[in-house]
Amino acid sequence: MTAAVTATGYIQHHLTNAQMCMADGGIAFNHACADAGFWTWHIDSLLFSVGLGVFFLAIFYMVGQKATTGVPGKLQCLVEMTIEFIDNSVKGSFHGRSSEAVAPLALTLFVWILLMNSFDLIPVDFVPEAALRILGVPYLKIVPTTDLNITFGLSLSVFAMIVFYSIKIKGLSGFVKELTFQPFNHWTMIPFNLVLELVTLIAKPISLALRLFGNLYAGELIFILIALTPWWTQSALYVPWAIFHILVIFLQAFIFMMLSVVYLSMAHEDH
Amino acid sequence: MNINATLIGQAIAFALFVLFCMKYVWPPLIAAIEERQKKISDGLTQAERAGKDLELAQAKSIERLKEAKSQAAEIVEQANKRRAQIVEEAKMEGEAERLKIVAQGEAEVESERSRAREELRQQVSALAIAGAEKIIKRSIDKEANSDIIDKLVAEL
Repeated sequence: MTAAVTATGYIQHHLTNAQMCMADGGIAFNHACADAGFWTWHIDSLLFSVGLGVFFLAIFYMVGQKATTGVPGKLQCLVEMTIEFIDNSVKGSFHGRSSEAVAPLALTLFVWILLMNSFDLIPVDFVPEAALRILGVPYLKIVPTTDLNITFGLSLSVFAMIVFYSIKIKGLSGFVKELTFQPFNHWTMIPFNLVLELVTLIAKPISLALRLFGNLYAGELIFILIALTPWWTQSALYVPWAIFHILVIFLQAFIFMMLSVVYLSMAHEDH
Repeated sequence: MNINATLIGQAIAFALFVLFCMKYVWPPLIAAIEERQKKISDGLTQAERAGKDLELAQAKSIERLKEAKSQAAEIVEQANKRRAQIVEEAKMEGEAERLKIVAQGEAEVESERSRAREELRQQVSALAIAGAEKIIKRSIDKEANSDIIDKLVAEL
């Protein structure tokens, strides 16, 4: 960072996404998008998230095509360990009738979020500075999971699947009954039940998204604050925090995946 | 922290990724894993079975060896018995042969003796006759007394 930049400015700069929108009949970027409202795209979040997703799927697809049932190579071992880990987790907590989609969904969620989170470990200035110097990109946030849009994009998709499976398994009437006759099974309690159950239902995607976002955002913020300290304290602070953060990265990916599976399992339960 | 269209983009990407994963990533990998698990478990069962077979074969070979040993001992014993029997038989045969030979020799000796005695008797008789002839020639007719001589000869 240059001395001319204030601490506040530095932090704000690091917390601002590269934005893109349609304005005045053309494509506009960043500050020009200030009043574009909803139709603004965080192109850095999307770029890194989709890029990492494609990276993950490409590797897994390649290994899957070349998978041998004999002695596996190192990469295949890694991939298979991941698959088995997910498979065991899903088998342990998903009790619905066999749903082909749940395990792949869990795998995608886990590996994808893990990869996105792990970008948190890259020192905060490396990529944005390089992008600024080489490509002239003024804003770049490389950790997609520190963007609420990304975490909500995931959690709302999971939420859509919860609703979809609830209706598919229990039927629309069954789903409505579940929302209105629990926990108090009496017709006078229907409004109360409805409020209670709707809160429970809606809390699921919100808590999923906010938990992941909050953890990663806080972690990223600490990294930015560490980057503001003098150079000789930076490594002393960065290393322990990064090591601790490896746990957070893994744990948050795991929690997101696990809770999604549990929610989907609950959606499959017929009372 | 404003919610915007990025959310939609992310949701679409997520849906596509999950579909791709469901179709092209998960099935081959889980199939490979399960296939290998089956192979390994089959291999383990086979190894276990082979171990059992080996144990069985060892026990059987030990039993066979024992059997063979006892058979050999039996054969040796039989052979010993047979040898003793043969020796006994040979002894008995030899004894019989000896007795026979001795008996034969005795008989031969006896016959030889009786023949010699007969010859001797004849010679003695002839001698006696010759002596008597000479005596009688001096005194009496030889013809008239020959029956007495014959009688004497027969009495010898």
